[in-house]
Amino acid sequence: MPRAALGLAPLDPARLLAEVTRPANGAEALFVGTVREQNTGRPVTGIDYSAYDAMALAELSRIVEAVAAEHGTPDVVCEHRVGTLAVGEASVVVAVGHPRRDGAFAACRAVIEALKARVPIFKQEHYVDGTREWVHNGQR
Amino acid sequence: MTVTVLVFAAYAEALGAPEVSVTVPAGSTIADVLAEVRALPGGTRIPEVPLLARNQRYAALSDPVEAADEIAVIPPVAGG
Repeated sequence: MPRAALGLAPLDPARLLAEVTRPANGAEALFVGTVREQNTGRPVTGIDYSAYDAMALAELSRIVEAVAAEHGTPDVVCEHRVGTLAVGEASVVVAVGHPRRDGAFAACRAVIEALKARVPIFKQEHYVDGTREWVHNGQR
Repeated sequence: MTVTVLVFAAYAEALGAPEVSVTVPAGSTIADVLAEVRALPGGTRIPEVPLLARNQRYAALSDPVEAADEIAVIPPVAGG
């Protein structure tokens, strides 16, 4: 079944991949978003992710359910992390199992694009010089 | 009626709190609630037309508000 989650614990992409891997599927697509060491040239030491928790979970659940229905597979899962993350840590994982690769790629991409556009999650980047700044997806 | 409004991230910093209460007449819209929020100290750092939600779904300025509603003013999102 489609599933979404939001939490403080480190993400485990292999667990999500296993969750969508079934004999009915001939393809599994996995997307992992990680904290990059710089943003627009400024060295980053870490990121604080926060969220409007209840709505973020509700919105993300609506997204995975809609993508699952549209692409004809129940195997669509997404987890997003909140809290303080270091460079290299995973902030988001999307896993999709689908009978065909085209569907797996398309559904995986649809989830991450919708998440970035409308799930109420916020981030504050910490820079090497000690400053912090709220950034958002429209800035990239 | 008194309406509780949740604010987040940079908007919470601007208002100095993660939630605020505002008083608007019965029959008000989200636009009326937003106007009261923007009139609070620091409130002008919230744009005139931010992302808005009513009961955890995105909403429009013209949507009606009831006292029990959970209204939220949402900064630009940054998930992913």
